[in-house]
Amino acid sequence: MLEAQKLAACRGFSRLFTEVSLRVHAGEALVVTGANGTGKTTLLRMLAGLSAPESGEIRWQGKRVAPLDAKLRAAMAFAGHLPALKDDLTAEENLASLVALEGGAPSREALRDALDSVALARQRALPARVLSQGQRRRIGLARLSLIARPLWLLDEPLAALDAAGAELLARLLTGHLAQGGLAVAATHAPLGLGGSRVAALVLG
Amino acid sequence: MNATASTFAPEPADMVWPAIRWAVARDLKVALRSRAELGVQLLFYVIVASLFPLATTPERNTLASIGPGVLWVAALLASLLSLPRLFAGDHADGTLEQIALSPYPLVALVSGKIVAHWLTTGLPVALIAPLLGLQYALGGEALAVLVATLLIGTPILSLLGAIGAALTLGLRASGSLLALLILPLYVPVLIFGAGAVEATRTGLGASAHLSLLGAGLLVACVGAPFACAAAVRIALD
Repeated sequence: MLEAQKLAACRGFSRLFTEVSLRVHAGEALVVTGANGTGKTTLLRMLAGLSAPESGEIRWQGKRVAPLDAKLRAAMAFAGHLPALKDDLTAEENLASLVALEGGAPSREALRDALDSVALARQRALPARVLSQGQRRRIGLARLSLIARPLWLLDEPLAALDAAGAELLARLLTGHLAQGGLAVAATHAPLGLGGSRVAALVLG
Repeated sequence: MNATASTFAPEPADMVWPAIRWAVARDLKVALRSRAELGVQLLFYVIVASLFPLATTPERNTLASIGPGVLWVAALLASLLSLPRLFAGDHADGTLEQIALSPYPLVALVSGKIVAHWLTTGLPVALIAPLLGLQYALGGEALAVLVATLLIGTPILSLLGAIGAALTLGLRASGSLLALLILPLYVPVLIFGAGAVEATRTGLGASAHLSLLGAGLLVACVGAPFACAAAVRIALD
């Protein structure tokens, strides 16, 4: 269970949000919406532990966590705006490297299957430089499917994805939730999670 | 009791080596794919070191006395030239976020990146130095000591420089700021590095200088990765 109590964030002298509290149980998704500049990304980075909240606290499995807490890092997958891909490495090398960074050691077959499942089988050996934004996003989806983490933090997961990609994401997410996973997603468009337990948080 | 404890929290040592291996392997792979950048840095070293004999004098004694200093200053500048690359790329493409959020200790991952940086910049400089030293009429023993000082000294440059590179992440004009920040810290390395070669040349023996350089390397190895990891955390906040 992921909880946050009375979080507040400041950017410079302006206050982005105050008194944001949330609770996400196993098998549940929290969809964060709000206009541009209301602090969706900031909230997600706070939950991930990348930035410290101005005030308030975050709890994971009932225990208070500081920024970059080791237990939370081992339980979480964060997918931010930036795809974390190296232009000079191929799609497969990028995926292998990102999964290894999370402590996984996938076999070649597992990597290929994962790329296959996000429709990147033919782009496997291409350097990331030549991939489109949507294809880069799909590598991120393949990564999520390969690293088994209970908590997913997704920032604008639909950005640059086409209809098939959005469907893929919805399928991944519902599968994740059905297995008792948690997810927090900041988004502008509906994720299409019919049948799953979804809560909403509106910022601003 | 120990057994149960270790099932919940992996031993730190289990996490450190895979983390260092990951960072070294990945950075080396990326560096080898963009070999032009490495070549530019090495070429810069060769050119700077070759300009001085052309600009000053072909006289053997003068060259031999300025040689160690020039070769070391050139190594310093070459290291400085490559430092912005150490974290800037990973910061720009989001890899640094994932590195900080990885279950591996950040200090170990950062150490691996520093090792890879040294392997791709400091090591080639140290290996090519004796060739450039010939231009300065340095004798065999002096050349051997030059390589030894560079092999001990350039890792210190990478370690100290990494702190500066992490501190200046995301700033405007970070390259020049990095130079201002780091060059003063490089001064002791320069003094003992060039001093060792000079001492050999004049027959005093280099062991004192080399010991001090070695001590500096040990201190930097212990301290710099932690400072660097802290700076990376600040840069991401």
